[in-house]
Amino acid sequence: MTIRVVHYINQFYAGLGGEEAANALPEGREGVVGPGMQLAALMGDRATVVGTVICGDGYYGEHTEEARAECLRLISSFKPDLLVAGPAFNAGRYGFACGDICTSTGKDLGIPTVTALYPENPGVELFAKNTVIVQAADSARGMKVGLEGLARIGLKLAAKEPLGPARLEGTISRGIRKNFFFETNGAERAVAMLLDKIAGKPFRTEYEMPVFNRIPPAAPIKDMKKATIALVCSGGIVPKGNPDHIRVSSAETYGRYDISKLDDLTPENYESIHGGYDRVWANENPDVVLPVDVMRQLEHEGVFGKLYDFIYTTTGTGTAVAHAERFGREIGAQLKEAGVDGVILTST
Amino acid sequence: MVQIATIVPIMLTVGSNRIVPGVAIPHPVGDPAKGPEADKKARRELLLKALKAMTTPISEQTIF
Repeated sequence: MTIRVVHYINQFYAGLGGEEAANALPEGREGVVGPGMQLAALMGDRATVVGTVICGDGYYGEHTEEARAECLRLISSFKPDLLVAGPAFNAGRYGFACGDICTSTGKDLGIPTVTALYPENPGVELFAKNTVIVQAADSARGMKVGLEGLARIGLKLAAKEPLGPARLEGTISRGIRKNFFFETNGAERAVAMLLDKIAGKPFRTEYEMPVFNRIPPAAPIKDMKKATIALVCSGGIVPKGNPDHIRVSSAETYGRYDISKLDDLTPENYESIHGGYDRVWANENPDVVLPVDVMRQLEHEGVFGKLYDFIYTTTGTGTAVAHAERFGREIGAQLKEAGVDGVILTST
Repeated sequence: MVQIATIVPIMLTVGSNRIVPGVAIPHPVGDPAKGPEADKKARRELLLKALKAMTTPISEQTIF
């Protein structure tokens, strides 16, 4: 069976023009256009580029929803087995368009997608987890190598062949870890790595740490006596019985609970379900992790304006960074909407 | 936002900006082994410190 490929490119590579044509509306053409000719040659007999979808980078960036919907419709009309986008090198808007259409096509049509971007293209950070990205050069001088990567990885994906580690495939890491058997055990590998490190030789970690985004500090609260303060907790303190079944580890959800009528957390009303620390103290008095009792006292004493009526809580152990970031964004938005001025986050 | 937890290097790594070191992992805002009064006193001191941290202007990650 020949693999049916759709190629996504921008106005420039379609020959429509540069910046003056950046608002070009999406269009579909049968067969190859521009760099698609070389792509088709590199893929050989196993695949046919059945169609090319073209959209101006400006239009895609400024009218993303409309552009995405129309491009998806055009892509789908070619009944593809694979979407190849770019290479977009270090072009920011083109990289965004390639990453976005790959993400949406993978989600909506359920077919593999691949694009090629320079590692510093902003599209990488946005879409690296949603589509396979071949590492490309920063400019069209790297067209040949970029297309070769797209063809090779595209064929693998369409044939459902497993991809090897990103550094060997020439792709950008999607943050996926796969288990496999090693000849030497962990202790031996760790000692070998340490010896390499001491000797100043190159070594590679087996467990890369995620890179966390930095957020500038919030402005201070001007008048604490009028401020509404909320409690948020990652220590797994939940109403007795864990009504929303928040997981004891690797949580994918958080809870929001009304504490407006509570002055104290007790073993009768709250408990800890956290799977990552000894819960004896927390179950005897949940305030040692989620300090409702003293916050209520300080509120009555007028130290601050008001204790917000709801707490937000989850378990922070083995929790995926992506989930934790989503919790933070959603909780932050809700607290802001509710007029909360400050948050005390307690973590175990 | 102020974060109260015990392992300060983790708070620094994940990017917390206002940091108040807590008492211990299983009871960050309390000291229950010392009895109910000392426990509450520890909690009160930490929360007052957290509230003060919120009113303090900072330009980078700060441990209070």
